[in-house]
Parts: sequence; C-alpha cells; structure tokens
Amino acid sequence: MNEPAMKETLSNKALTAEELKLAELIVSSLNLETQAAEIDPTAPLYGEGMGLDSIDILEVALAVSKAYGVKLRSDDELNRKIFNSLRSLNEHIQQHRVK
Amino acid sequence: MADIPLIRNFDAGAAFAFRNRRPVRVEEFLGEVRRLADLLPDRHYVVNLCSDRYQFTVGLCAALLRRQVNLLPPNVTPDLLKRLSLEYPDAYCLSDGAVQPPLPIETFHYRQTGSTVSASVPHISEEQIAVIGFTSGSTGQPMPNPKSWGALAKSGLAEFERLGVAAYRNMSVLGTVPQQHSYGLESTVLMVMQGGLAMHAGRPFFPSDICAELNALPRPRGLVTTPVHLRVLLAEASELPSVDFLLCATAPLSPQLAIEAETRFAAPLHEIYGCTEAGQIAARRPTQTQEWRTLPGVSLHADEKGTWVRGHVEREVLLADVIELRGRNAFLLHGRTADLVNIAGKRTSLAHLNFHLNSIEGVRDGAFVMPEEDDGTVTRLTAFVVAPGLAGETIMAALRERIDPAFLPRPLCFVEALPRNETGKLSRVAVEDLVTRLAAKVG
Repeated sequence: MNEPAMKETLSNKALTAEELKLAELIVSSLNLETQAAEIDPTAPLYGEGMGLDSIDILEVALAVSKAYGVKLRSDDELNRKIFNSLRSLNEHIQQHRVK
Repeated sequence: MADIPLIRNFDAGAAFAFRNRRPVRVEEFLGEVRRLADLLPDRHYVVNLCSDRYQFTVGLCAALLRRQVNLLPPNVTPDLLKRLSLEYPDAYCLSDGAVQPPLPIETFHYRQTGSTVSASVPHISEEQIAVIGFTSGSTGQPMPNPKSWGALAKSGLAEFERLGVAAYRNMSVLGTVPQQHSYGLESTVLMVMQGGLAMHAGRPFFPSDICAELNALPRPRGLVTTPVHLRVLLAEASELPSVDFLLCATAPLSPQLAIEAETRFAAPLHEIYGCTEAGQIAARRPTQTQEWRTLPGVSLHADEKGTWVRGHVEREVLLADVIELRGRNAFLLHGRTADLVNIAGKRTSLAHLNFHLNSIEGVRDGAFVMPEEDDGTVTRLTAFVVAPGLAGETIMAALRERIDPAFLPRPLCFVEALPRNETGKLSRVAVEDLVTRLAAKVG
C-alpha cells in the first residue's frame, strides 16, 4: 500500500467530534464496555462489528430521539443504510436534527 | 374426531388483513391459501420463515390443507436450522424473501398475487398436527412441542372469549412480536383467524413506525406487544394513537408501566401467561388484579412435582413456575422454579423479588441475580436497576419495606439498561455477562 492510500484509510477510521458524541451516547445508553473513542465509525452497528441486536437498536433510537429530536423510522427506504455504521447514522441525525 | 373451520366469526366481505395500508378481504385470503396449497412441494415439514404476517398465515394454512407440519424455530441461526434439517430431513423452507435461510436448504419462495378468490372455508381435522414449536432454550436444549390444529384453533377462540375481544367487532390487530413465537402465533394469527379480526401484516419496529401504522388501521384496533416495546413506546412518543385494546406478554410488566400504558392509551391492558410447551394458559388485567384466570378449557392442579396444566395441548404439562393456586382456574405467579433462591434458610424466587423491585416508583427496570460464589460465606444477591434520578438509599429503603432483609441486594448496581433479548427476557448468560463486566470495572 502506498503512503497516500494508507493516510486515507486512517482518516476514514477517525471519529469526528459529532461522531464521538453519538458514540458516547450509544455507549452510555447501552452500558457498553467499549470506549466511545475506540469505535470504528465505518463498522456495522448490527451483528458483527459493534454487535448490537434489535433491542439495542430500539434503545439507541430512544436515546437519539431524546438527544437530537430525530425519530427513526424503519419504513424509511434508507433505513438499512442509516444503520450501516456509526458514520451513516450520524449523517442521518445531523441532516434531521432539531435539537 | 371433528373438523374445525380454518377461520370463523367473519362477516361477508370483511377484511382479513391490512397489508401496505390496503385491506385484504377474507375471500382473497382464502383464494390465496388454495392457490399456494396447489403450488407447495410434496413434503411433510415446512419451516415457515415468512416475515410478512399475512403471508406467514397463508403459508400456515396452505400447509394445513396439504397436511404439512409447520416448523416454527425461535430463531433462524445456522445452528438451529442445521439441527432441524437433520431431525426433519424432508423439510423445506417457505420464504417471502425478507428472511433468507442461512444454510443451503431447499426453499420455496412465495409472493402473494391476489389473483384468486374463494368463498368456501376449509375445515381441518382437529387431530392433525399443525405446528411444532421449539422451546427457546432458557430452560435447556430446544425441544419440539407439537400442536394439533384443534389445540391451536381452540386456543385462539379461548383467548378471543376470555379477553372479551368480541366486544370489539372486527378489531384490527397490530403486533410487534414475531408470528413464529408462541405468543405471536396465538395472539396475532390464531385469535384473528378464529375471532373474525383483521391482522396488520407487518411488524413495525420503531415507536414512530408503530404509531404511524396504528393510526392507519381502522378502529376498533388493538396492539399486541411486549414490555420492552411498551416501555420504549411510552418513553419516546409524545402523542400516542388511540387504541381500544392492549395486550402484553413474554416477561412481567411492572405495575407502573401497566398503569401508564392504560392511562396514556386510554385502553384496557391485558397480560397473557403461557409457555411454548402448553400454549397460552391464563390472562389478567394487571391494573385491576394480580390474580391470573385461566382461559376457557384450561385448568391447573398441583402435586408433589409442581403445578400441572391441562389445556388445549393433548398432554398435561408441568409448569416451570412457582404457582399459588386459588382454585382450579385462578392463581398467583411467584416466578420460575429455576429462579428459587435460598439464603440462610429463607426461600423466595428471583421473579418475586424482581416484582417488588420493579414496583418501586421511579424504577424503570430491575433484576435480582444470584452470584455464583462458593467461598463458604452466605452469598448475597446482586440487584441491577435502571432508575435515573433515584438514590440507592431510596431504593434500599423501599425494598426494606417489601422484602425480607435476607434478600436485600449487596450490592445494588445502577445500569443504563438491562441486557434483555428480543422477547424481553433476561437470559442467564446475559446476566452473567453483565456481572462479569461490572466486576471487571470495579477491579
């Protein structure tokens, strides 16, 4: 791997300030042992990756609704995409936040 | 041996289901059942994976017409599906596309067309085995629990009668529980089929989805759900849709959640008690009484082994719960036998303690755990509690008023949430994991 490509990969895995805040919210609402700063923002939230199940997702949805005023919907065509990763969830929240 | 109609109590032209916000009439449903029955492969067992509740029901009924047994696993992990295909070698999967079998196993893909209608209601022999449910494993290895069509149909009708659903004629029913589980099958499929109700074909997940889908259903309408969903729904939604009927099961509901649900929905909330082995057994309205009353056709009796239920399934079933009988048809539930604790010679059950913990004002969720320790000293219980805004002292003071001092938790740990599974249950493994993680934090 040449150097520019490696830099690109590293910066992709770094959390932005907004993503870190969301990661902290998820860690605290689910009582996870993971450190928020260590979460890979590109890893899947469900199953492998962060290892969340549907009940966790429900708790995350509740916490997101309280913190950002964004009510998640699963009949949203984009839903699968939203829960792809911390990054995609954060993008969705930032676009729709009212708080 | 008698035959029992597939569906009953329906008005001519009534809706049987609501799918993508459109009604599916009874005639269309019956036509679809006959069409699919003609198409199914010639086998004895079908693993019904359909995630659309209506298509699942069409699959269930088409299999009945073909004398095929529906296998209803509690989950579709590769391990379980592999076990099923070894146990039932001629089984195939019925899928509507949303859930794909995680193994290469013969799969019949089904999509409803709505091209055929039929007015005649098929009758099925009550002795025919209709489904085999599998126990979810918290009490051991998955075990097959066959149920005849007669047992299923009678159970659906008994629930309809016992819960007074006849008062809500043609009620539409929205479920947040999977139809492959015993509770979901009984309350969102069989009660609909036998009670002339209408099912919502989906299984909305987020509170906003549930509210939107409920609002789209005609009244009277009912919500069939679990304590997990009910809690999140009440916590997130500022405006709840009007409903006429609430049903909850799978795990004990805290008294204040029951009161809040009834107040905010302005509807009666009923709870169902049952198990996969025996099916549904009893019901109660927890804001009015702690006493469970058995469904019509179900009775209980006790001997030295415990409490037995004689109900809609063919054999008597020994219940894994501590039951205080108040006659043949009424009882109090004091938790699972496996949950019995004995501290310094005093006996109680974890469920009993959990009930008291959860009845404390301000406690959202809580569970007692018996730590695995054997150092010769008296082992004390640990309690996990979700109670933002409450002080530990307040909870301890409230517990002291309710339970024997021997059972007071040491320690009482505050957590953000309990690791409940999809049906709201707290498995031994998840609890042990939580204990280990907390111990690691402290250490």
